[in-house]
Amino acid sequence: MASELKVPTMAEFFASGTVPEVLFWVGCAGSFDDRAKKITKAFVKILNKANVSFAVLGTEESCTGDPAKRAGNEFLFQMQAVTNIEVLNAYEVKKIVTACPHCFNTIKNEYPGLGGNYEVVHHTQFLKQLLTEGRISMEGGAFKGKRITFHDPCYLGRANDVYEAPRDLIRKLDAELVEMKSCKQRGLCCGAGGAQMFKEPEKGDKDVNIERTEQALETKPEIIAAGCPFCNTMMTDGVKNKEKEASIAVMDIAELIATAEDL
Amino acid sequence: MHYLPNIIFIILLIVGIGFFVKNVLKLKRNIFLGKEASITDNKSQRWKNMAKIALGQSKMVVRPIAGALHIIVYVGFVIINIEVLEIILDGIFGTHRMFAFLGPVYDILIGSFEILALLVILAVVVFWIRRNVIKLKRFLKPEMKGWPKSDGNMILYIELVLMVLFLTMNGADYQLQQMGADHYAAAGSFPVSSLIAPMFEGMSVSSLVLLERTAWWLHIAGILFFLNYLYYSKHLHILLAFPNTYYGKLTPKGQFKNLQSVTDEVRMMMDPDADPYAEPADDAVVPDKFGASDVQDLSWVQLLNAYTCTECGRCTSECPANQTGKKLSPRKIMMDTRDRLEEVGKNIDANKGEFKDDGKQLLNDYITPEELWACTSCNACVEACPISIDPLSIIMDMRQYLVMEQSAAPTDLNNMMGNIENNGAPWPFNQMDRLNWSKES
Ligand code: SF4
Ligand code: SF4
Repeated sequence: MASELKVPTMAEFFASGTVPEVLFWVGCAGSFDDRAKKITKAFVKILNKANVSFAVLGTEESCTGDPAKRAGNEFLFQMQAVTNIEVLNAYEVKKIVTACPHCFNTIKNEYPGLGGNYEVVHHTQFLKQLLTEGRISMEGGAFKGKRITFHDPCYLGRANDVYEAPRDLIRKLDAELVEMKSCKQRGLCCGAGGAQMFKEPEKGDKDVNIERTEQALETKPEIIAAGCPFCNTMMTDGVKNKEKEASIAVMDIAELIATAEDL
Repeated sequence: MHYLPNIIFIILLIVGIGFFVKNVLKLKRNIFLGKEASITDNKSQRWKNMAKIALGQSKMVVRPIAGALHIIVYVGFVIINIEVLEIILDGIFGTHRMFAFLGPVYDILIGSFEILALLVILAVVVFWIRRNVIKLKRFLKPEMKGWPKSDGNMILYIELVLMVLFLTMNGADYQLQQMGADHYAAAGSFPVSSLIAPMFEGMSVSSLVLLERTAWWLHIAGILFFLNYLYYSKHLHILLAFPNTYYGKLTPKGQFKNLQSVTDEVRMMMDPDADPYAEPADDAVVPDKFGASDVQDLSWVQLLNAYTCTECGRCTSECPANQTGKKLSPRKIMMDTRDRLEEVGKNIDANKGEFKDDGKQLLNDYITPEELWACTSCNACVEACPISIDPLSIIMDMRQYLVMEQSAAPTDLNNMMGNIENNGAPWPFNQMDRLNWSKES
């Protein structure tokens, strides 16, 4: 490991009387799920390298309420939302970046109606911005010429029309971006959204993530890229199910960049 | 007796339009059984959407073949209405080809109607083949059995017959014009029907007049019949697509509405100054129900959606749950909503304007929880719909009912929600461990 992660908290900033440029909203998966934690760390490494002044809420962060809301529990959702908004507003947060499209969507679109108004960006948008501003520079290195296909997370793509930022970043790696049969507006869900992640799927011919993995495999990729911790899990499971984990990696965009930069 | 045809025509017209108006009023009544939703924002964006999506058919062409064919039939329908206007005026005043005075313009009009009519016939034939011979997957789903299937074909037959009558009428007219018959002064150009006119060669003037008149009467009667058929058919979309695209969702697809009634309660619960034993404020409207279990719980926009659905199945064919063999079909959600709404409407008609509980509702009797829980809320159906219908909003409202009114979520989801409540995460981890990742290598 190159160097120790620097992960300041909002409380620390507050104590020193300063504010960070951006709050990194880690999310439940990014905090607790072993696979997703790697994405979190990769993103933090890039932030550290680029000298971005950021902070996390740490133990003051709580679930955004997205899975509760999609499951139909509006009460629980609003309880979570109002509590989170109180914390965010107390710290006078202006800008939030998150690696989870579900947190992104909820805070960006549903919190304003409950009194939480912030500029919310997805980490792929933020990384793209850092790149344009010259705060990070990227060289393909490890990924030069590799076939990478990108799975559009529903809550990033269709739900919020973010299609280009992740693709631009992949192209910057000098990789060969190949599109699946269903992509962008017509992308196929990984099967985890709408709180499906937390329950058994209904009876059918197959699971959604298997169908999506098959679409990905049709592009003969070396890497399946994703921009959502839940998509990542679903696609990883799909690749394992097809016994292709030795030849095909599922990676988050942040991990691609961190690896390319050897962080 | 000279005026008999005019009188018969006017009566036919009044009856045809009268029935139509009656049905439109019933339609309006049924739609407004839904809950209030005031949509007065972004007028210019809404008009733009209507122009682009309904008038301009922008979303139809996502599927190029069906899109192109649909545009032909659509343009044919719109343009031929100019001809219908002439027919109606002729019928009322007993004239013949009243607009003939337009001269060359008239020639162009009639000529283009004829070409469109031919294209419509071709498109209708291809549509029929797609439905009945090629058997496209999306027309074969379980919800497409019975009436929806025959309705789809019926529309094609009616359109075909109307176009054939139109061309026959013109062909006979053309032949009469050639023969210099009384009343049939040369007017219009007939690029298509002049090709069928030779079939009428050798017929006497009187039989030709009979043929022309028969086709004329059947054509206009057919149109009036079609007008009244709309209400009972998915073809209603030719009218409702316009308001429906106007009222379509403008916010990001991922943004689900926040229930105001819940907000009020949450605010009260979270307010440290609130007296927990206080009487609820007078103006606090406690809804009688959270979420939706029947059509009256849905908003009128959602009910308008249901009447507008054309059963094309584009939503269902994009739905990940449906693609992987689950019971959920967003098209079925829309069709069920419409069927139930019709049932409720009939109930009200039968009970002198009051709805009498019939022991049924949309939930369970039409839509099962299994369908609702299969949805990933991915919005593919919303994206796919060519006329801005939002099946997902109905699914979400019904889930809210299941969870908040009936506590009937699947066990796994109850566990997840319990975790959020207790630990602030959908998994049973301690909130105090949230930052542990930063110290793990
Ligand atoms: S939102 Fe639900 S119903 Fe619509 S396509 Fe996605 S899974 Fe199917
Ligand atoms: S909801 Fe829209 S896409 Fe689905 S069947 Fe109806 S009209 Fe077609």
